[in-house]
Amino acid sequence: MTPGSRRALVIGIGNPDRGDDAAGRAVALLVRGTVPDDVEVVDLDGEATALLARLDGAKAAVLVDASFSDAAPGTVRRFDVGAAPLAIAGFAASTHGFGLAEAVELARSLGQLPPRCIVFAIEGASFAIGAAMTPAVEQAVRAVAERVRGEIDAVA
Amino acid sequence: MAVKTIKVDYLARVEGEGAFKVVVRDGKVRSAELNIFEPPRFFEAFLRGRAFSEAPDITARICGICPVAYQMSAVHAIERAFGVTVTGPLRDLRRLLYCGEWIESHVLHIYMLHAPDFLGYHGAVDMAREHGDAVRRGLQLKKVGNQIMELLGGREIHPINVRVGGFYRVPRRRDFAPLAERLKWAREAALETVRWAAKFEFPERSRDYEFVSLRHPNEYPLNEGHIVSSRGLDIDSAQYDEHFEEIHVERSTALHSQRRGGGSYLVGPLARYSLNFDRLSPLAQQTAREVGLGPVCANPYRSILVRGIEVVYACDEALRIIDAYQEPDRPWIAVEPRASVGTAATEAPRGLIWHRYRLEADGTIAEARIVPPTSQNQPSIEEDLKEFIVDWLSLPDEELRHRCEQTIRNYDPCISCSVHFLRLDVDRG
Repeated sequence: MTPGSRRALVIGIGNPDRGDDAAGRAVALLVRGTVPDDVEVVDLDGEATALLARLDGAKAAVLVDASFSDAAPGTVRRFDVGAAPLAIAGFAASTHGFGLAEAVELARSLGQLPPRCIVFAIEGASFAIGAAMTPAVEQAVRAVAERVRGEIDAVA
Repeated sequence: MAVKTIKVDYLARVEGEGAFKVVVRDGKVRSAELNIFEPPRFFEAFLRGRAFSEAPDITARICGICPVAYQMSAVHAIERAFGVTVTGPLRDLRRLLYCGEWIESHVLHIYMLHAPDFLGYHGAVDMAREHGDAVRRGLQLKKVGNQIMELLGGREIHPINVRVGGFYRVPRRRDFAPLAERLKWAREAALETVRWAAKFEFPERSRDYEFVSLRHPNEYPLNEGHIVSSRGLDIDSAQYDEHFEEIHVERSTALHSQRRGGGSYLVGPLARYSLNFDRLSPLAQQTAREVGLGPVCANPYRSILVRGIEVVYACDEALRIIDAYQEPDRPWIAVEPRASVGTAATEAPRGLIWHRYRLEADGTIAEARIVPPTSQNQPSIEEDLKEFIVDWLSLPDEELRHRCEQTIRNYDPCISCSVHFLRLDVDRG
């Protein structure tokens, strides 16, 4: 990215104290310090309006969140949300029923979605309070951190 | 008779998880039950054995939308127990912090949760495609509330700067200059919000509620006042237990409140407004009149307008406080623990929130009780449904379900506080 232009963002979403919901935050932790200085790495709890405010004005964003569907724990899915809408279901691990998918689609409706926006979803198994991440999810976190760096290299 | 069941797995646009069931027989609503099945959270038990000084930070964690309400009721109750009164600039700053929470919470509900019901959208995402300017205004307005929270509370959610006796740190006068500019914009945006919402179509429904709120000799109530009702109640918060009771309802993990001996009552914007119209700022009163609101509003579908009026007021009041602000000598006043009991009620965005603490001589919390607004409103929500949907029973299932959801959302219920998706069953028999 050229100096002075709006930064690229890596946003890790989740609750660090709820088992596999910590996956997005764990990726942010691994990525922080390993990407160029003009890339901001952000931790968020997933509240939609805060996420929306973060996306506004950014040229590129890579978002990582835990998902809950019928996929096997640790399954990683990549969505190019700049190209196609994100299905609302599956990202329900937000406390107020208004989370990542709504924020991304609201940003699109308002014309605030970064031109390049990628979402990684890491399938979780346990979202219990105080639980540790399941081994399959921990493994996926390391793999996704590497892929996030690749995405950043592609836009930076 | 044909058996018909309407089921919604997720009632969106409410704070928390629960279910709703309406039973219809022979064209009549037989029962309407709000079932809250979130696991109990045991906050009152967490508080036992902790130092009084921890109460504001522990109770703030009960809710991400209204943490200030919990903090304020906690510090006021404990200060009353210790015989301390916070006055002057510190008291004003608490009011200002509360204004921030009202703006943030009300605006989120008006634009993101409630307006889609009136404009015929599934949610804010759909609404934003055709009402982008309005949604942008809402988001910016909410942000001003967040800015107040950040400046005074230390961060936007779960503020960390509130302590028994005052604050850990108070702002300098000059810190307020940028915020004041934003608030002037916010006040105009709040006026536009009310005018925008006034064009919605409101169902003509009202009930003879017993409104319950605080009332203060000369302020619109936030932190202080007597608990009063539209049926003549006028008590100190210490007498709350003599007039209100919590009952356990088997199907729910939340306690339901009622008047002692029976009878529902209503807390929240409608009650506050109807009992305190004369305490609103001239601008807020004038705006209410402009959009056809009288000094009393008993139509819960119009609560979106009343929330808008309260946002106008909160901006107005915040500007007044900032303009008059004199930096205090110290950010807090000292408190001396003693074996005591203290109660306090304050006005959360969703209504009256009552706390009671029993404290030991060294300030350890021996017992804590917290009554949030949504558990007080649950019986009223059920009664509204029973009464209001009768004329809508002939509607197709989809429309009837929507009317039920809208009726629940009138309350901006915070189910997480009262004990996160709401399931709706309509059983037509």
